[in-house]
Amino acid sequence: MKPGTTAAACAALIRRDLTLVWRRRGDALNPILFALIVVSLFPLALGPEPENLRRIAAGVVFVALLLAGLLALDTLFRSDYEDGSLEQLVLSPHPLSLLLACKIAVHWLTTALPLILIAPLLGELLHIAEPVRWVLPTALLLATPLLSLLGAVCVALTVGMHRSGMLVALLVLPLYVPVLIFGAGACNAAQAGLPFLAPLLWLGAALVLALVLAPMACAAALRISLS
Amino acid sequence: MPSSELHDRPALLEASALAFARNDEPIFGPLDFALHSAEVVLIEGDNGAGKSTLLRVLSGLLAPTSGEIRLNGEPLTLARLSPQVALLSHQSGLKPELTALENLRFAAGLHGVRTGTSPATALAGVGLEGYADVPTRQLSAGQKKRVALARVLLAPVGLWLLDEPYANLDLEGIRLVNRLLENHANRGGAALITSHGAYAYTSGTPRSIPLRAGQGGNDSGGGGASVVDSSGSVAAEAAPTGPGIGTASRSSSATGTRAP
Repeated sequence: MKPGTTAAACAALIRRDLTLVWRRRGDALNPILFALIVVSLFPLALGPEPENLRRIAAGVVFVALLLAGLLALDTLFRSDYEDGSLEQLVLSPHPLSLLLACKIAVHWLTTALPLILIAPLLGELLHIAEPVRWVLPTALLLATPLLSLLGAVCVALTVGMHRSGMLVALLVLPLYVPVLIFGAGACNAAQAGLPFLAPLLWLGAALVLALVLAPMACAAALRISLS
Repeated sequence: MPSSELHDRPALLEASALAFARNDEPIFGPLDFALHSAEVVLIEGDNGAGKSTLLRVLSGLLAPTSGEIRLNGEPLTLARLSPQVALLSHQSGLKPELTALENLRFAAGLHGVRTGTSPATALAGVGLEGYADVPTRQLSAGQKKRVALARVLLAPVGLWLLDEPYANLDLEGIRLVNRLLENHANRGGAALITSHGAYAYTSGTPRSIPLRAGQGGNDSGGGGASVVDSSGSVAAEAAPTGPGIGTASRSSSATGTRAP
């Protein structure tokens, strides 16, 4: 009898989740289309003047990606909860927080990273200013994992409830506010020609903290949800 | 193997005064029973009697409201428990998008594999040789149950907690479950299975724990208990203390085995 190594368990989980995303790859496009549509609503509402749009470009892209990520959060544990895989995950002999960290990483990789990749394009749609062009993806690279980790804790708490979508939004959005302030703040500072490193470093520090603490909180929350 | 020898060791799983209540409404208990290696014990009860809840409590997913669970004589914690228990619950734990073999490979990675088995042999062991590459979505309910059983078969654990293992299975499947349980008991493993009575463990006469909705059932070990021995037949427990229970019966509702 050999219970297998933790590394093997993490690898099996990552492989399974990536396979599942590939088998459901139609769904993976939805957050991207959502962000694209939200961003394209702003020129329609505010008029197409480049000066107007340039001023709000970074902020709009940030909020659109944040909302797209919020919609994608529900898929993190939903199907695993419904088919009983989550029970099996909790009953595995390996640290649940580590397994959940792998799950969150795959989720970020497959939902947030594509959004970051199209962020420059979304910025162009809004005539984004030259100095912000590279600050925005950098801020997003630091902010979106943080959003995924914070979101995962809230989703873990509510996964046992039916129709928890709005509740998750109400729980998650207040936690997203500081991330948005620092992320969009860095972009605004860059646009105004001010130093933008400090808000990025704050995001980095918060990300390190969340990387350590969020999986543990997520594990505790899931145990509560399953009982 | 002689059962008396087995019972000198601490029970694999032992529950004393175990009770569970949800929102102050009692689901089951207080319950006293013990499970030794090489034993298959049936939990009997009507719908809503708390059979599934009992298994979830014993698996560590739910914390009991009162009472104690001991595993090999040690108080239960999830960390100590999970390397030793395999749970088959109502939800299969299978991903419909993955093939049967992919599902088992994932389970093998997560829980490890029993020496001498592999995902492929486990699948063959439940009679699904030709279905390795079929997406689980396309399998029938009974076939899904078999894949879930293969996952239990694969896990390197001594204790099986099977919730309604006979549900959705055809006659051949029921015989298969009985054969798997027998082999598991012969290896020295133990299993706790639930049934609402429509199907039953037919290999000999297993010990059973009757559960009634909202009240305590009790171990039927007071003389009528029996243990499946290595030959698959039944060795009756002669000692009135039964298989190492040690706790006094709390109610007389337990009337013993299913045997006539």
